[in-house]
Amino acid sequence: MKNNATKNILISISILFITIMLVIPLIAVIIYSLQDGIEAYKIAIFDKYTIKALQLTLLATVSAVVINTFFGIFAAWIITKFSFRGKHFLTTLIDIPFAISPVIAGLIYILVFGRTGWAYDFLQAYDIKIVFAVPGIILATIFVTFPFVSREIIPVLNAQGKDEEEAAALMGASGFKIFTKITLPHIKWALLYGIILCTARAMGEFGAVSVLSGHLRGKTNTLPLHIEMLYNEFQLSSAFAVSSILVIMAVIILILRTIVEYKGKKAGE
Amino acid sequence: MYVELKNINKLFGNFKASDNVNFEIEKGKLIGLLGPSGSGKTTILRMIAGLETPDSGDIFVDGIRINDTPPSKRGIGFVFQNYALFRYMSVFDNIAFGLQVQKQNKNYIKERVLELIKLIGLEGMEHRYPSQLSGGQRQRVAFARALAPSPHLLLLDEPFAAIDAKVRQELRSWLREMIEKVGVTSIFVTHDQEEAIEVADEIIITNRGKVEQKGTPIEIYKKPATPFVAQFIGQSTVYENNEDKIQLKGFEMIKSNEKAVIRPEFVQITKLGKLKHYMSAAEEGIVEKISFRGSYLEVNVKVKNIILTSNRSLEDEMIEVGEIVNVQIYRLYVFNENKTYLLENSAMADNNYIYI
Ligand SMILES: Nc1ncnc2c1ncn2[C@@H]1O[C@H](COP(=O)(O)OP(=O)(O)O)[C@@H](O)[C@H]1O
Ligand SMILES: [Mg+2]
Repeated sequence: MKNNATKNILISISILFITIMLVIPLIAVIIYSLQDGIEAYKIAIFDKYTIKALQLTLLATVSAVVINTFFGIFAAWIITKFSFRGKHFLTTLIDIPFAISPVIAGLIYILVFGRTGWAYDFLQAYDIKIVFAVPGIILATIFVTFPFVSREIIPVLNAQGKDEEEAAALMGASGFKIFTKITLPHIKWALLYGIILCTARAMGEFGAVSVLSGHLRGKTNTLPLHIEMLYNEFQLSSAFAVSSILVIMAVIILILRTIVEYKGKKAGE
Repeated sequence: MYVELKNINKLFGNFKASDNVNFEIEKGKLIGLLGPSGSGKTTILRMIAGLETPDSGDIFVDGIRINDTPPSKRGIGFVFQNYALFRYMSVFDNIAFGLQVQKQNKNYIKERVLELIKLIGLEGMEHRYPSQLSGGQRQRVAFARALAPSPHLLLLDEPFAAIDAKVRQELRSWLREMIEKVGVTSIFVTHDQEEAIEVADEIIITNRGKVEQKGTPIEIYKKPATPFVAQFIGQSTVYENNEDKIQLKGFEMIKSNEKAVIRPEFVQITKLGKLKHYMSAAEEGIVEKISFRGSYLEVNVKVKNIILTSNRSLEDEMIEVGEIVNVQIYRLYVFNENKTYLLENSAMADNNYIYI
């Protein structure tokens, strides 16, 4: 059948494309990282600066996920359950990080908190460091991963409507009880999915963080920044070794994502 | 009066969803709120429940003004149009929710919930989830959930709309029985007049945010208070005495700014030449369509370009489509912008002894 031939060709092209563009580079990363032997790999990975960078990446990721989860639920809740002036505007605002290049996001923080920024004097007075320091890294990561959680749960909450919440409220349930007993079970899978996407994005963030970091080795370097630095110093196998950490974390996240997606779909049936 | 709405107004943007709504309801009555879609029925219900706030006007329940009482303190049970059952809770937990919120004793909750499950005839299904129930069963659970905290007023928004026609009939009488058994004052919303007439003690008719009429089903049927009600209730043909000089015999006095509603029961069809009385009032018409309605026939007959509907007994002599028949119209409802009145056919008036 002609139809079948078309189908097979299209599938083959897709697989070929994905292999060349994604799979081969990923495998290359692992192979390159091991080319100087397993000892060199271990040294690169357990290097003190690498560990510092990993810690900072994890700190930034966890902070961004916690804050954006909390904020994301809150924003999605008010957007879907209440009607108020400026609701559309708020929805658009949430999407800004999707539209703005991360580099610009970094520059915005420099503008606000940097030496010539509006808040500089205030920060100086209280001895708070943001630019070229850990708080700046965290802020930048939060900014770029801002929409992920709310974007995932808004459609689910919208589809649910507010009848169930209203029914519970009529019976005298408190806002907290309504949220935990009625809303949360409903958005559970979408929320997890959003958190996973948010984690993946936070771990890999480069642009905004790069602007705010100042590249202080062992202080403000995240894993992606550390990799770039190794690469620029022509320590190729170290750069690839450290990259493999990110690749492995990404694969774990992908697997989690698939599981959550599958379970969420099953729960929805 | 148990429930009273006084001069209630509600705007959504610049759309008037409630336009000076006034009505009163007696304790223990089952009231049908009937009106076309978009006429503001749900809005009225939601304002009584406290889910919407009226822009002006007062709502009293049991003599107490409840405008400022929070919804959860009003003691009102609400059955939502699509039931709004908690989909991640079992039937038992759904019905128990209101009692748990009130922090009732565990044993009491269990006893009460099982009693309600028995009442709605779903014994053995208490561990099922809403998605595992049929439409009719969901409706029963929604009803039990609303009743669990023993409300003194029950509001039901289109309780039968989402149920297929067969089960609907059965549920109507079921609901009517249940409400009588429990004895709770209830208001239910519907856009189906048959449903309202069958189930309700009294009907309130809404149109464009206004209350058009309130009365028993018979009052509404026999004495429509407004032109809207006259047209809305019953299977009505609207007739105008217009410039084309279409005039029905015996109704020549209808003025040109007036319209009339002709109900099927006002129309009598007789085989040509078989008419015994009031020959002068008889029109001739052509049978356009005959539909079998189970226990009777519904006949559409064309008289002077007006299509009239009449019901015909199966016992009567058979007629056929295309047949020319005699048509008599006993009476009709005449209305203009302000009033409606019943007009008897002058050519058939008994006291008109000239014709005897
Ligand atoms: N929350 C709302 N915001 C804006 N318009 C509304 C809202 N609720 C109802 N309306 C409008 O008010 C009118 C009456 O609605 P409703 O009371 O639901 O009518 P019904 O129940 O008789 O069909 C409709 O035209 C509807 O669009
Ligand atoms: Mg409605």
